[in-house]
Amino acid sequence: MDEELIIESLSPMEREVLPKLNEDFSDIKDFSDKINLDKTTILRATGFLKNKKLVEQESSEKKVVILGILGINYLKKELPERTLLNKLAEKKIIPIGEIKNVCNLNDNEAKIALGTLKKKALVEIRQGKINLNAKSEEITNKMIEEIFLEKLPMDLESIIDLDKLAFENLKKRKDIIEVEEQKTIKIKLTELGKKIVGMNINKNSHAAFISKILKQNSWKGKKFRRYDLTSPAPRVYGGKRHFVNQAKDYAKSIWLEMGFKEMTGNIVETGFWVFDSLFTAQDHPVREMQDTFYLKGMMGKLPARCKKKENCVLFNVQRAHEGGIDESKGWQYKWEEEDAKRVLLRTHTTSLSVRKLQEIGKSKEFPAKYFALGKCFRNETVDWSHGFEFNQTEGIVIDENANFRQLLGYLTQFYKKMGFEKIRIRPAYFAYTEPSLEIDIFHPVHKKWVELGGAGMFRPEVTIPMFGKHIPVLAWGQGFDRIITEFFEINDLREVYKNDLNKLREMKFWRK
Amino acid sequence: MTILTLNRKELEKKIGKITAELEKKITDMGTPIEEVTDSEVSVEVFPNRPDLLSMGNFARAVNQFNKRTRIAEFRINKPEKNYAVIIDKSVKAVRPHTVCTIIKGLKFNDEKIKEIVDVQEKLHNSIGRKRKKIAIGIYPLDKIKLPIRFVGRNPDNIKFKPLESTREMTGRQILRGHPAGREYGDLLKDEGIFPVFIDADNEVLSMPPIINSEKTGRISCNTKEVFIECSGHNLVYLKKCLNIIVASISEMGGKVYAMNIKDGKDGSFISPDMSTERLAFSIKNIEKTLGIDLNEKDIKNYLAQMGIGYENKKGKSIALIPAYRSDILHWIDLAEEVAIAYGYENFVPEIPDISTIAHEDPVDKTKRLIGNILAGLGLLETSSFHLTTKKNIKKMHYDFNDFIEVEESKTERNILRMDILTNLLQISSENSDAAYPQKIFEMGQVFSRDLSEDSEVGVHENERLAISLIDEKVNFTELKQILDYLFKMLNTKYSIEAVENSNYIIGRCGKIIVNDKDIGFIGEVAPRVLKNWKIKMPMVALEIETDFLNQAK
Repeated sequence: MDEELIIESLSPMEREVLPKLNEDFSDIKDFSDKINLDKTTILRATGFLKNKKLVEQESSEKKVVILGILGINYLKKELPERTLLNKLAEKKIIPIGEIKNVCNLNDNEAKIALGTLKKKALVEIRQGKINLNAKSEEITNKMIEEIFLEKLPMDLESIIDLDKLAFENLKKRKDIIEVEEQKTIKIKLTELGKKIVGMNINKNSHAAFISKILKQNSWKGKKFRRYDLTSPAPRVYGGKRHFVNQAKDYAKSIWLEMGFKEMTGNIVETGFWVFDSLFTAQDHPVREMQDTFYLKGMMGKLPARCKKKENCVLFNVQRAHEGGIDESKGWQYKWEEEDAKRVLLRTHTTSLSVRKLQEIGKSKEFPAKYFALGKCFRNETVDWSHGFEFNQTEGIVIDENANFRQLLGYLTQFYKKMGFEKIRIRPAYFAYTEPSLEIDIFHPVHKKWVELGGAGMFRPEVTIPMFGKHIPVLAWGQGFDRIITEFFEINDLREVYKNDLNKLREMKFWRK
Repeated sequence: MTILTLNRKELEKKIGKITAELEKKITDMGTPIEEVTDSEVSVEVFPNRPDLLSMGNFARAVNQFNKRTRIAEFRINKPEKNYAVIIDKSVKAVRPHTVCTIIKGLKFNDEKIKEIVDVQEKLHNSIGRKRKKIAIGIYPLDKIKLPIRFVGRNPDNIKFKPLESTREMTGRQILRGHPAGREYGDLLKDEGIFPVFIDADNEVLSMPPIINSEKTGRISCNTKEVFIECSGHNLVYLKKCLNIIVASISEMGGKVYAMNIKDGKDGSFISPDMSTERLAFSIKNIEKTLGIDLNEKDIKNYLAQMGIGYENKKGKSIALIPAYRSDILHWIDLAEEVAIAYGYENFVPEIPDISTIAHEDPVDKTKRLIGNILAGLGLLETSSFHLTTKKNIKKMHYDFNDFIEVEESKTERNILRMDILTNLLQISSENSDAAYPQKIFEMGQVFSRDLSEDSEVGVHENERLAISLIDEKVNFTELKQILDYLFKMLNTKYSIEAVENSNYIIGRCGKIIVNDKDIGFIGEVAPRVLKNWKIKMPMVALEIETDFLNQAK
């Protein structure tokens, strides 16, 4: 890079620090003291200077011996062995048991003080009593440990001779000294740096662009300081829709583009619209409490009985179950109204579809295509692939000419647009569709086929009570949350409604 | 979900080596492979196919699907002397029906006995609805004296040694003291009369649907001939169930003998009846349903692959349904059988050209609009569960008690939410480590009781929006600015009127009014509420109903 360009891009801070780097200093701390600037500012400036290749940073690590908590204390007062020695100089003899009291030391200190003095042969023990055994200069002279402590901190490598001995002795005792790893940062000008320091770096350029510059026309003939465009900027986070809602909006647009109308409706339903109208036998395991959320102590209302039985939804649903709709054998049991009245949280959005069929049965407005995207509820224990609340993408196509291939047509189209080129379609069983199918996608992380849910053509036992005759209806309802988690790199369904704000802020936008 | 696990070696003897190709075939047949190990093969069997829940029946279906076996035929031998079960009228009130058979020429070993017990258990739990609908009993014929009677008795007068027990027990004692009694006792405990099978020597064989007798109801490796009964409430399903067992044991090489079931006034009949069922259908309807062209030969071959026969009678197509199939209720079921044999992957997807006009729900449209306006102001949308806990609601609405509760939730959440603010408070309390300010909002349904006459389910659902701002320095004005902007963008006028609400600081709470209707609250949240949630910063929040936006248009 041209040196002039480099100079133009120097910030005021860099301009201040750079020339001073020519001076003599040992490390960053030394430098900071010398030029009277704080360490953070210096490090930021030298960081930028390093990017411009004007300085080199060398960091090295060394081991330094420093005072420990006790060491600081002892240095201020004295070592316990000094206390004992001085007391002995005064009293000549102290019984071992008395050390603590006489010297005001704790158990441990008393033990160490005695041990140290014994090792140095300054005392003798006779009949449980300590006798002084030192010459007077041995008492007045400083012990090597005392000399060493006063010298700290010291580089570990530079400790020799008697200091080394003192170091080894003190190291065995707790908290007197510590060995610390210290990082030193050395900053050195590069050849380019030296060259630039030699030039005039105090260019008269604008640092910030302010309105005054425009007003006074001071931009003419004067340059702006160049920025380092590659240095990182602080993060900001925008407001946004929840990622599931972003994906839902997209999925809705797929159905809308294909000419589908949206269905919405209540989460709280009667068993009639969730199960009975969908030809789900009253003793079917799915209706048991361990799979479905029933509302405590609540019973709903069924569609009214009508004068003309043949047109009555309630009567015809009952007949479908007991046997007698079209040529169907039905479930051949006694259908109970009470069971159908139980109030529950819809286990699938198919309740919306069958309600729509009832409406169309009256209006006769078809061919028609409807979709829904809404929450469903199952009384499940929660794991990575199961939740008790989840969205379902639901659809129905009502048309005299609807067939199985068209069902596959709509579904493959939808999943393709959702980003799944490869899906697996296999036989399945649902009480209310025939033929039925199940769609699986391959989960790239769990390396396993994941069921999305079912589809099929509504059985005559479902359509006839609503329409009065069998009109083919293509129908599907698949788990939606499962198909968007891969895009958002979520491998566990429990994360979807966790509302971890840090994660929501970082979460990318839905884009397919 | 019912998983059928079979011994791999035994299965391979019947259907050939398990290769990747055969695994795929088995999945295509409608029994997805769960797991294949060196010793076992596990497949999922859908609830409409209890007939597949045994080695013999499953292997037969695979072989038919692979065109290795023809449609099964079953030979039933006529009843021999005393091959009869008499249903006494005393049992009609508690367990009115039974169907029975005798099978001879069996060669049992431990593996085979395990297989039979396994089939019995699988049928109990699927088609038998945990013995409520059907209970199955199997007895060594050499231990009983025919004919057999099915009678109802006072439980205290029933006395026998049940399986796995060392002493005689009465009916009630079994319910209380025997493991099977404790597990299935609910099915009998309210009855004054318990059903029992007894033999010609008045020996109790079993007390369905609970337990067999140790003396007469335990099969062993020496057993060559068995008596089998299915008892329950629905004769149609009982017959299907017995047929499945008969089909299964026939595959083990047993010879099936019929029995006379003498059911008093309801007459007598011969059991089992393994004759095929005839179902008329039109090939045209199947073609139309599936969207493919088929001729009679195709149909015949596809049905044969599914084990179903075909006959053309005077130009009419008749499907011959094997006696063990319980899932063919209507000709539409044949369409799926044909589709499976045709192969789901062989259907060419097609989008028909019918013209329909799309339409988006206006409520959803409004929600998206509000979402975009608030996101534009830098707010983050959250999405919470509709189910919460009493404890969470009580942290703010301490005097609220009209909870709408779900029964026996498997998680701690068992209450439908009555507001959205509780969700936002929970989110704030769980996110104290995320950078402040935290500006969040959420939209969705809340639930309240609906006591009006015409309410179908007694619960009212309405759409709400809640916003909360939380920071070291946050105040009413900041949220009012947002509310002003939102309503301006929605081209709607609103007003605020000071109110007292214990959830907000007194003098800093107002109700929001649109078209003379109160639609919600705005205010600085009371310290008591924040303390309950362990939130350490001030919060200003609002919650409004959004239904008015859709009525306005």
